[in-house]
Amino acid sequence: MSALLELKHLTVEFHTRAGVLHAVNDLSYSLAAGETLGIVGESGSGKSVHALAMVGLIPSPPGRIVSGEVLFNGRNLIGMPERQLRDIRGKEIGFVFQDPMTSLNPVLTVGRQIMEPLRRHLKLSQNAARKRAVELLDLVGIVDPDRRLDQFPHEFSGGMRQRVMIAIGISCEPKLLIADEATTALDVTVQAQILELVRDLKRKIGTTVIWITHDMGVVAGLADTVQVMYGGRIMERGPVSAIFRDPRSAYTWGLLRSLPGKITAPGQRLYQIPGSPPNMVHPPAGDPFAPRNSFATDRCRTEVPPLRQVDGGAAGHQVAAWYDLRSAIANQGAQS
Amino acid sequence: MTEHPLARVTGLQKTFGDERLMSTNRQVFRAVDNVSFEIMAGETLGLVGESGSGKSTTGRVLLQLDKPTGGEIEFDGNRITGLSKRELKPYRKEMQIIFQDPYASLNPRMTVGDFVEEPLIVHGLFKDRQQRRARVMELFTLVGLDQSFATRYPHEFSGGQRQRVSIARAIALNPRFIVCDEPITALDVSIQAQIVNLFQDLQEKLGLTYLFIAHDLSMIRYLCHRVAVMLRGRVVEIGPTEAIFANPQHAYTKALLSAIPVPDPELERQRRPIGFDYQTQKSPADAQLRPVGENHYVLA
Repeated sequence: MSALLELKHLTVEFHTRAGVLHAVNDLSYSLAAGETLGIVGESGSGKSVHALAMVGLIPSPPGRIVSGEVLFNGRNLIGMPERQLRDIRGKEIGFVFQDPMTSLNPVLTVGRQIMEPLRRHLKLSQNAARKRAVELLDLVGIVDPDRRLDQFPHEFSGGMRQRVMIAIGISCEPKLLIADEATTALDVTVQAQILELVRDLKRKIGTTVIWITHDMGVVAGLADTVQVMYGGRIMERGPVSAIFRDPRSAYTWGLLRSLPGKITAPGQRLYQIPGSPPNMVHPPAGDPFAPRNSFATDRCRTEVPPLRQVDGGAAGHQVAAWYDLRSAIANQGAQS
Repeated sequence: MTEHPLARVTGLQKTFGDERLMSTNRQVFRAVDNVSFEIMAGETLGLVGESGSGKSTTGRVLLQLDKPTGGEIEFDGNRITGLSKRELKPYRKEMQIIFQDPYASLNPRMTVGDFVEEPLIVHGLFKDRQQRRARVMELFTLVGLDQSFATRYPHEFSGGQRQRVSIARAIALNPRFIVCDEPITALDVSIQAQIVNLFQDLQEKLGLTYLFIAHDLSMIRYLCHRVAVMLRGRVVEIGPTEAIFANPQHAYTKALLSAIPVPDPELERQRRPIGFDYQTQKSPADAQLRPVGENHYVLA
């Protein structure tokens, strides 16, 4: 598999009244064609901002891409003229964002919004675009698609609007689909259908997917590779089985441990990570997770750890940590 | 947990729509449709269902924040439906609600200390200002907030801290019953466990009873003694948490449980969600909750 997408040292900041917010810090990773990357993180992790920055959707000001390259099929998207970017967005790179209420235009029919990229990018005729739009709505599981095309977004429920967004996202059969918390607001039953649809698309047209979420369960079922982000950086990255079975970042380990499914005896307390996510206007020096990490060493508090291959780990399993999680856990167990 | 019901609803109804007597448009939406259940003192009852199933409306009507259009509500053995505002006031102290969005429920122009103190003033609980402030400090400690935070404003806090402030205000009047309406949904993952643990600590220390409304079923399973499943305004199944999860009876409960993603790559790849057809599998209008096990009922 060759790299479809390669980020090199991407750094994004926002100029706010409180100061400069360091949203994405020196982020580098690559994604192979056909791969599904699950990105896990919470607010301030940079997971959404970096995805928007990749395709020139950061409002500037206040946002600013300070440095870095985003190579998509070998072409650098950063600094590319807006006209060329528009030919890539929606055609080669499709998006699905969290909030379908604000992402759809309320005064245009759903059909018009699905047909727009088809006519613009694929140069389909009005009739052909309509036919394709009906197929797309049918594909995402909307009943009576021909009639639904002429309705407005407010006539659709939240789950149905999200399906429309997915239909638009995949309409031009993009090489890369970026979904940012695309199912978070949906009911679990609808989420299950949407995830099945994405798996189906991968089978049928081999779409490469970046699935951004905070839900470890969704990632477990969908991703080939998992990337855990915190404070605008990658804390850990690797094959999905390695991340869940053998986490090496204290943050990943804490997140997995705090899930209620791990509790077997009733009345037992959940494991909780202390503290709050960092304020990225004043990010911690060194490892961003250090202030909440009981395993942190002095070096963690002063120097940012580089992402490196895990010793004795699975191929492609990388962690950014100065401490060794396994021996730190063993030591702590011995002391208590 | 005791065998004494603290709250009981019987045949609860809440319809929205055209209520004018002479209206020709008789279309009404039954948000809550003939719902009956009890919540035992010291218990956590989970209320789950999809958006629009009526779970939040049930919580609001139960607290009389919205007037029911039918049915009875009892609190601690006393009927509280049809009471005047003044008659209801003593019950208001006993019943509180915590919302999903701690950003929207806090007043941005009030220090969080004043925000927590406000209900104490409204209900005239302390004549002496100093005693009242001491109670606020005690509440801050109870919810795990530093007392020095009391003079700060909401924007200075993270989502988790704001939810702690909302909780401090909700327990200020020593309530016995709290409706928690998706209280962790908007929080960061690393914060959710903190708040869930806090709910459990407070239940233990203060003997609280919760109606816990959520769509995160894994948290419901961990936190609740019993679970009620709602579909289109009706309770389709209710029972002990373990019975519901291990032995779901209603087709919708089965579909709902099978749709939960499991944070385990091997198990998750084998999981096959069960579908649910709203048209063919819906319960008939005259269906009743019938026992299928100990304290376990299903609409049939």
